[in-house]
Amino acid sequence: MRTLRGRVAVAGIGETTYYRHGKSPDAEFTLALKAILRACEDAGISPRDVDGFASYSNDRNDPSRLAAALGIRELRFANMQWGGGGGGGAAAVGNAAAAVATGMADCVVVFRALAQGQFARFGLGGQTATVSGEQAFTFPYGMISPGQRYAMRAMRFLHDHGIGRDPLRAIALASYQHAQTNPRAVMHGRPLTAEMYDASRWIVEPFRLFDCCLENDGAAALLLVPAERARDLRSRPVYVLGVAQGSEHRNGAPVHNAPLYATSSFTTVAPHLYEMAGVTPGDVDVVQSYENFTGGVLMSLVEHGLFSAEDATEVCTLDNLLAPKGRLPLNTSGGNLAECYMHGLELQLEAVRQLRGESTSQVPDAEVSMVCAGPMVTPVSSVIFGAESTV
Amino acid sequence: MSTYLPPGLPRPVPQPDGLDAPYWEGAQRGELRVQRCRACRAWQWGPEWICHACLSLDPGWETIEGRGAIYSWERSWHPVHPALKDAGPYVVVLVELPHAGNIRMIGNLLGDPRQDVVIGAPVEAVFEHHADPTYTLVQWRRT
Repeated sequence: MRTLRGRVAVAGIGETTYYRHGKSPDAEFTLALKAILRACEDAGISPRDVDGFASYSNDRNDPSRLAAALGIRELRFANMQWGGGGGGGAAAVGNAAAAVATGMADCVVVFRALAQGQFARFGLGGQTATVSGEQAFTFPYGMISPGQRYAMRAMRFLHDHGIGRDPLRAIALASYQHAQTNPRAVMHGRPLTAEMYDASRWIVEPFRLFDCCLENDGAAALLLVPAERARDLRSRPVYVLGVAQGSEHRNGAPVHNAPLYATSSFTTVAPHLYEMAGVTPGDVDVVQSYENFTGGVLMSLVEHGLFSAEDATEVCTLDNLLAPKGRLPLNTSGGNLAECYMHGLELQLEAVRQLRGESTSQVPDAEVSMVCAGPMVTPVSSVIFGAESTV
Repeated sequence: MSTYLPPGLPRPVPQPDGLDAPYWEGAQRGELRVQRCRACRAWQWGPEWICHACLSLDPGWETIEGRGAIYSWERSWHPVHPALKDAGPYVVVLVELPHAGNIRMIGNLLGDPRQDVVIGAPVEAVFEHHADPTYTLVQWRRT
């Protein structure tokens, strides 16, 4: 079988300070550089030895500019994952891992940098006089922002399965509670209660304020190297067990015409993921699931087989989602809702930390760690990491 | 002329390559036009240069009756655009058209923006004409 399983490891992780949007004192490119330098430091690898870059969602920080700025000896891999916004997070890790596993490169950085103060905010849109193409069929009706685009899918999912607010509230509260032990988190020191959640204003039904991700400035990076090399480096290696990207048949059919509509786009992706990783949903110790909106997290967990839609209200509870004792510890750094909206790359770093035993909400003896990136977009992607014991 | 949402939102213009021009021209005449393959008769929306069902490069257009059922909905409160600053809330519906291969369309649900919205409820198309420059939006109301 063709597989990446166990062949590539994350040798280093790094991130900048996470800022509220528009508050970064650094230029976006500087943020990218800082995260990359910290990932190299964490691995004990000279930045000159980096030979590839992978990112997603049209990151503005071009690999050739990074290569020149960092003075790397030789650029061997420059890769951009198409489309899907935050859905590219795990795919970027997979693309980098594929390059390392096949010998196209030896030391690839996966990074994402955002300074929404210097550039446009994601949550505002339609600032043009005219629109054409697919936008012409949605923007004039006031369906403009990502929240408005994906509320429609989540509403149908909740309707199909008779699910109320409880699982969405639990997902939001879990992220905020985990952020309270994480000093990196933008919402550290700002706890959220069920009462605050219930009283928060509607953004677009079925999403309230706390169902929606933050918008932030910052950068994050991971360094991928061949597994055998990682064992000689400074930090405990975390292995890529499996990775998959994509979406269902005609998921991208224009103007909300996907045949399978009420999906987070993982129904075909998740089986490929588990097959490559050689694990089952029951083997997963801790999950980071991209929160653009809580409804998408719920759908992702269902489509990754962690519980059924019918059991969602019973299983997707705050107690079950909290580390260390919950049955399904979720978004243990605070994620996009409460740590930082680093376009989901902070979730990849947290998945690595869990397997190193370095999380601020550590799951005891975690061996298998999963990240689901970008629900309801296309393509989405997921990755499963494993500790030394799994390879 | 009254419109569901206030003026100032981005105005739809046909794609430069002409792909969706039949839709926008039809709407201005009060006709709902969608793609239907000349070869295999499959319905298709939004428009594309190829029929997804039989891969014919000649997907034709057909005028259909403007009726359907609410497939999903959302009520927007947060103004994501300056034109919507004092407009909220408003309802956007995804309408499924069973007589046209279950294709779906986005529009606003006319009437009280705080009304109960029921998935499966029948709706009919209402052509909302805008002037200067002219274009037409296809809206929906309960029947």
